[in-house]
Amino acid sequence: MKKYLALLLALVMALALVACGNKTEPAGNGDNGGSGDNAGKLKVGVVLVGDENEGYTFAHIDGVRKAAAAVGLSDSDIVWFYNIGEDETCKDKCDECVEQGCNLVITNSYGHQTFCEDAAREHPEVEFVAMTGDTAKKSGLPNFHNAFNMTFESRYVSGIVAGMKLKEMMDQGLVTDPYIGYVGAYPYAEVVSGYTGFFLGIKSIVPEAHMDVQYTNSWFDIQAEGKAAEALMARGCCIIGQHADSTGAPKAVQTAKDNGKAVYSVGYNIDMLAAAPTAALTSSTNDWSVFYTEAFKTMLSGGKLPTDWSKGYEAGAVAITTLGPEVAPGTAEAVKAAEDAIKAGTLHVFDTSTFTVGGAPVTSAFTFDSDGDWTNDTNEGIVDGYYHESEYISAPSFSLRIDGITELN
Amino acid sequence: MDKEQLKGEPLLRMSKRGEMLPAWKSWGIRLIAFFLSLVVSGIVIIAVSGLNPAAVFATMFEGAVGTGKRAWVTVRDAMTLLCIAVGLAPAFKMRFWNIGAEGQILVGGIAAAACMIYLKNLPAPLLLLVMILASLAAGGVWGFFPGLFKARWNTNETLFTLMMNYIAIQLTSYFVAMWENPFGSNSVGVINSQGKEGWLPNLFSAGYNKDYGWNVIIVLAVTVIMYLYMNHSKHGYEIAVIGDSENTARYAGIRVNRAYVRTIIFSGAICGLAGFVAVSGASHTISTATAGGRGFTAIIVAWLAQFNSVVMVIFSFLLVFLQKGAQAIASSYNLSQEVSEMITGIILFFLLGSEFFVNYTVHFRGKKVSA
Repeated sequence: MKKYLALLLALVMALALVACGNKTEPAGNGDNGGSGDNAGKLKVGVVLVGDENEGYTFAHIDGVRKAAAAVGLSDSDIVWFYNIGEDETCKDKCDECVEQGCNLVITNSYGHQTFCEDAAREHPEVEFVAMTGDTAKKSGLPNFHNAFNMTFESRYVSGIVAGMKLKEMMDQGLVTDPYIGYVGAYPYAEVVSGYTGFFLGIKSIVPEAHMDVQYTNSWFDIQAEGKAAEALMARGCCIIGQHADSTGAPKAVQTAKDNGKAVYSVGYNIDMLAAAPTAALTSSTNDWSVFYTEAFKTMLSGGKLPTDWSKGYEAGAVAITTLGPEVAPGTAEAVKAAEDAIKAGTLHVFDTSTFTVGGAPVTSAFTFDSDGDWTNDTNEGIVDGYYHESEYISAPSFSLRIDGITELN
Repeated sequence: MDKEQLKGEPLLRMSKRGEMLPAWKSWGIRLIAFFLSLVVSGIVIIAVSGLNPAAVFATMFEGAVGTGKRAWVTVRDAMTLLCIAVGLAPAFKMRFWNIGAEGQILVGGIAAAACMIYLKNLPAPLLLLVMILASLAAGGVWGFFPGLFKARWNTNETLFTLMMNYIAIQLTSYFVAMWENPFGSNSVGVINSQGKEGWLPNLFSAGYNKDYGWNVIIVLAVTVIMYLYMNHSKHGYEIAVIGDSENTARYAGIRVNRAYVRTIIFSGAICGLAGFVAVSGASHTISTATAGGRGFTAIIVAWLAQFNSVVMVIFSFLLVFLQKGAQAIASSYNLSQEVSEMITGIILFFLLGSEFFVNYTVHFRGKKVSA
């Protein structure tokens, strides 16, 4: 239905364009149709893994548009490429961006990174940013950058929402076993960091909570995510978190809830209230416009982009979505307190006093091991009693498997 | 003809043409079909999107060959597709249904990637030569087994080659896991990005990835060789005879089983070489998507060209052109990919359909059949 709606919208837009009879690129959606004050001073190429119909890419499109509006770029200053696979077509499109005179090229998928890096090596005069990537520091290329929001912060806060609900259900006697389920995409550090943040948020409210993680081995698979959620609920999980991009899990949870089960869902990227009107508690989400605005401003002022960029709550780059109708009383206050503490730097998500590995507290951890030789490539991760996530490189690197979490596959 | 006779006759009646149409006529039919397909897709474009079809076709053209880079990418992808189609031709002409090109491309690609990773210290021309030989051999081996089983035990080659695809995909996953870089990314990434060892260089300029001249030279050389092999060699003649009738071939003293094995090894080897072209000349990486369905698309190319490897050049360009054009339409008009794929589908439908009119003639009721 959504797809048809999008198609209909696209058609209406296309029709409107034909009616206007001009030849401007319709991709810009016309939100700043006029020429901004910086129009023509910066040309940005955006290579996207999906299109507007896919939540993750939509968030990036939205971020770029907002940033362009904020710094006064016009529609013709942005070159868009949609549905670009994680293969040589990504390199082809990066080359095309350069050919069309872009000074800054952005790719939005992790799998684009290696081709983006290749393009950066080939075009030293153009700046490249591989969003969510992790090899910029290691590549040593001055024109190749990575950026990633500190999503683990908003996952922690969404964990607090889940923890409050869990506690309420236990107090009401609806639930005896504080058992959480998590639908993860791949067993990467990005996912591990995310679910650990989520779990630690829950644990800060319900210390005896435990969690199972089911991987789907895909970023977007409605069926597999729904199935994974069902399997977790069948095992007795009463709250299902997710780090995968579809609405499969929230929908499955809503169905189970409608059938009388006491289950709730915590989503990702977008507000899941449309998919799960009563089961959705909240979602952790990213605002990519914070980075894009900074990057465009830096480029316009002739500055140098950082090799790694990572910001979270304190810059407004991450957030949780509107709380669902059935959150526990006092949730909003608890969320506010946690957000304030994170912003103030008094609360660290990966505080080593809050978790153990193999029954013992952790004192040392890798920040990044790019070649799998089990030696640390960068600095020690644990300093001052907490793991410094996304500080040395922007991509999440926390990959310790902490006690209380079980990976099912 | 009187009325009584007419009653029993259907309104339309088809019959196989007695003799082959002259080339200008058969190509005329195909050209008419192509233009008709443009007209029909034009109508569909207006109906679905209200866009001016002329502008849409212009976008298509722009998307496929609009800039230097785009034109070279179109050439590059057409060459890879052509290489696969050329490889499939002898097998299909022999009525050996090799639908295992996907797997043969993948193993050829694995061989090429392995050389890039483990032999990167060899001098560049030698390394490329080793890569070519390795991918030929890998593809050949992948063809050999179905060929042997067909010759020895008359197993069904369609199923066998198809199954070999799955083995190749699993094998690729295994090597991707083994060579993954960076660790944990589940992808091999661009191999030798720094030193470009094992990359096909530019032909017309310095560096890499600006032109794909070497891809063109390698694939066109294979195309010409295949043309000569099929049309001017004893083996080529045997293939043609076996394709028409296996029993006739046997009666004529052709060692059919030997021809099967030999031809499918050859076919697999060329598809393996396509894997080399894809890895060394284009992607510089290996993944389960390296073949990307091109092993099946190439079957369409081979059939459309009726296994004439020179004609395949036209059809591989056409297919890649359509694909690139379709993507450009989707992107610049904000249409979903499906709309542009509809256009590709319409054009292919007409082109494949035109073969019917090349091979058959249609009689209308009451009209005198001449000749």
